[in-house]
Amino acid sequence: MADVTRREFLKVTGASLAGSSLVLLGFSPTAALAEVREFKLARATETRNTCPYCAVACGVLMYSLGDRSKNARSSIFHIEGDPDHPVNRGTLCPKGAALIDFIHSPSRLTRPEYRAPGSDKWQPISWDEALGRIAKLMKEDRDANFVARTPEGLSVNRWLTTGMLAASASSNEVGYLTHKVIRSLGILSFDNQARV
Amino acid sequence: MTNHWVDIKNADVVLIMGGNAAEAHPCGFKWVTEAKAHNKARLIVVDPRFTRSASVADVYAPIRTGTDIAFLGGVIKYLLTEDKIQHEYVRSYTDLSFIVREDFAFTDGLYSGYNPEKRSYDKSTWDYEFGHDGYVKTDPTLEHPRCVYQLMKRHYARYTPEMVERVCGTPKEKFLQVCEIIGSTAPPNRAMTVMYALGWTQHSVGTQMIRAGAMMQLLLGNIGVSGGGMNALRGHSNIQGLTDLGLMSNLLTGYLTLPGEKEQEYDKYIAARAFKPLRPNQLSYWQNYNKFHVSLMKAWWGDAATRENNWAYDYLPKLDKGYDMLQTFELMSQGKMNGFICQGFNPLAAAPNKAKMTGGLAKLKFLVIMDPLATETSEFWRNYGEHNDVDPSKIQTEVFRLPTSCFAEEDGALVNSGRWLQWHWKGAEPPGEARTDLEIMGELFTRLRALYKSDGGAFPDPIVNLYWPYAVAKSPSPEELAKEYSGRALQDVTDPKNPTQVIRKAGEQLAGFAELRDDGSTLSGCWLYCGAWGPNGNLMARRDNSDPTGIGQTLNWAYSWPANRRVMYNRASCDPSGKPFNPDRKLIAWNGTAWTGADVPDYKADEDPALGMGPFIMNAEGVARFFGRGNLAEGPFPEHYEPFESPLARNPLSPAQEQTLSNPAARVFKDDRAAFGKVAEFPHVATTYRLTEHFHYWTKHVRLNAILQPEQFVEIGEGLAKEFGIASGDRVKVSSNRGFIKAVAVVTKRLRTLPADGKPVHTVGIPIHWGFTGLAKPGFLANTLTPVVGDGNSQTPEFKSFLVKVEKL
Repeated sequence: MADVTRREFLKVTGASLAGSSLVLLGFSPTAALAEVREFKLARATETRNTCPYCAVACGVLMYSLGDRSKNARSSIFHIEGDPDHPVNRGTLCPKGAALIDFIHSPSRLTRPEYRAPGSDKWQPISWDEALGRIAKLMKEDRDANFVARTPEGLSVNRWLTTGMLAASASSNEVGYLTHKVIRSLGILSFDNQARV
Repeated sequence: MTNHWVDIKNADVVLIMGGNAAEAHPCGFKWVTEAKAHNKARLIVVDPRFTRSASVADVYAPIRTGTDIAFLGGVIKYLLTEDKIQHEYVRSYTDLSFIVREDFAFTDGLYSGYNPEKRSYDKSTWDYEFGHDGYVKTDPTLEHPRCVYQLMKRHYARYTPEMVERVCGTPKEKFLQVCEIIGSTAPPNRAMTVMYALGWTQHSVGTQMIRAGAMMQLLLGNIGVSGGGMNALRGHSNIQGLTDLGLMSNLLTGYLTLPGEKEQEYDKYIAARAFKPLRPNQLSYWQNYNKFHVSLMKAWWGDAATRENNWAYDYLPKLDKGYDMLQTFELMSQGKMNGFICQGFNPLAAAPNKAKMTGGLAKLKFLVIMDPLATETSEFWRNYGEHNDVDPSKIQTEVFRLPTSCFAEEDGALVNSGRWLQWHWKGAEPPGEARTDLEIMGELFTRLRALYKSDGGAFPDPIVNLYWPYAVAKSPSPEELAKEYSGRALQDVTDPKNPTQVIRKAGEQLAGFAELRDDGSTLSGCWLYCGAWGPNGNLMARRDNSDPTGIGQTLNWAYSWPANRRVMYNRASCDPSGKPFNPDRKLIAWNGTAWTGADVPDYKADEDPALGMGPFIMNAEGVARFFGRGNLAEGPFPEHYEPFESPLARNPLSPAQEQTLSNPAARVFKDDRAAFGKVAEFPHVATTYRLTEHFHYWTKHVRLNAILQPEQFVEIGEGLAKEFGIASGDRVKVSSNRGFIKAVAVVTKRLRTLPADGKPVHTVGIPIHWGFTGLAKPGFLANTLTPVVGDGNSQTPEFKSFLVKVEKL
């Protein structure tokens, strides 16, 4: 019993028992008396993820506050290498070690923005308005410039006046859905960073 | 990678060339350290800079940027001349004995069939001689003057150590020292791994550089073995995944390819890709192409893809040419494009010749940015002084900037360079109103679909019929999509050998691509990933790191394509009878009835080796090709050509004609050619590179990294510094024929002045990480300087070799 940790000690004692009487009986947790506060990581939610930079794909452990209940917003406050990962075995490079500052970078975009033709500034726009206008612009361009057949009569069903670059830091699932959507529109100008 | 990160520990020799793993892939580089410490491995680094990889190498050989084929051609000549080859391997597993057509020729740097006006080849002569039985003719004695072995020997006879020194600037003795160590891995019990990255890809002859490296590895018997392979380090966390998933202008998923416009008939489109074996009893696995293709069409168009409509063949756009990034930006700068979407891609920073890029973006009607960060591209229209000197009032492009989640805020899989699909989990919500890319693409599509349903428009069929079975239409979930690209049975799937036996019930996830069918009864969005989410659930989420054999395979960690195989071509690690070449590093072996071992066999699992099936089952030949046939633009054997901006006037390997100075088959647009600089005005060679503290153009937004490397600099050698009176800390202006940057000069011993054809040439190193947005000090985008010309096959821009001049400010 002398080796109980502070947490176990509190569990054992509960609120109704007087700690002091237990101390008198000799049940004192030795280390706990010197401990000012619990490690923050011990209360955190641990989530396994992968470093988003190079393709070594080091395993990382992300620690967040918030217990994932529906109305509790999690906040990641620490990231470290995953010691179980067979490739990086807990290590991270100067980029991976600073991931927490990427997540919380002041350059993170937080709301949709719009820049009008000829303007020198951004203005806020709602998601509804932005996606509505983008869909309209895309449809107008596609309907005006879609090539169903070449002058020689070949069936080609392509749309060449709008293009897209996809992100090779996005997940397989994002990449797969993006590809599916883009080809259904007939777009051929379509690459990702593998081209560079 | 043919192999994977942990497997590097099994190498006896590590060659890092065209990459700098110690700084760009530090946590992967630890496996090089492991090989050195515990496997007595020797490390060779060949690089224009004395990098941190070089600083721990046993041998460092300097090389002038862009001359790697001359170097590797020299190594190939050395191996052939000194007989440092793995005889049993090359004889049984390569095309050395194949006989090539009589009209195939190579003269003065050009292969037969060249058309100088079109700058391309008629490749019909680059082929084998076929017998009456339809198979390639061979000469197992390797004496036929037109067998691949003899042709290759003749081709590389010019690549002498003296020529290597003349072209590459590498001292002959140093070159020969490297050759000797490389040659030491020819015995079957020794292996060398090759690690490369953008230092090979970002050249106008990048694909051929990689090919030359692969040929060297084949001669040594180093492909398919543990501790060997050709290992592309790869830059982004899912660059492998997005390539596998075919997000390239000419691809479908799983390396299936889009049809060309001449391919109007479906059957001919399939037949041209379902390669028939070129030698007896070869697997030629692409014969299954139709199964992969039909399963993809079912995943995309569901019930609308039927046998009657050729599985919706008409819904696929048909190509008249490549629409790669450089072609797209050319069309944009000609004013031929109206809309553009950048999803987590910052082309203003990442594409060559910033001025051309800015001009192109300014001609667009609308630009959509989806990104977690404020990229330069999203603000191309905004004036940032000399770092982005534009007039917003003259730019009429509408720009939308949509905030997205980052890696920490989503579930999903990423594929590492070792081909492992690793699932990751969400730890928090994205900030503010930011959304995931799935929500944005999902809603954008459903809005477009609604418009086409209500209003009609140009060819609505592929849009309104797109298979969209997702529970929340506006927001497909990662799980739904992963199951779809992996694949499931749409009807009961039966055993082809016993049609009464159902192996997969309708609705069940498939265990692997062998279960795919071409009759519409299976769906798989990416055949290569089939089984990743199988009948036993999401194998990408597995986290058992046990390694029972100690060879580093961890077969129950995540999922590796194809078929959870960790070392590709591993059949080639055994001799023809099925015994491991190196019993100490056994991957698989034939036990008399089956192939078993530490890895999933890359072979038909019950194929008796006595029947002679080759180990390279994706090749119609069944063996690996030294002779590339018509697969690459420049020719069947890699030949050295200078960068498009070269300090030389003639190619020392083909001095007879001017047109072979640089890649004669590379596509160059007219204005881009006019923007090339000449050595008289721009006398220094420049190469771009990356720092260990930064990742591309992202980490200048990250406080800690911005503190570590806050300010733009260029690296110059002592020779150049002395000639121009530049000291470390001075500000310099570096100009090319396309623009200039200003930065602090860092004078080092790491970049040395090398002779190019006898003439000393200074090299300037240009780290790429600064720009006009972010937390680091504002700087110039390095690609202000770079030329627009791509590799002849991949169209990857030539960022590693161009001409500049340096001036002290």
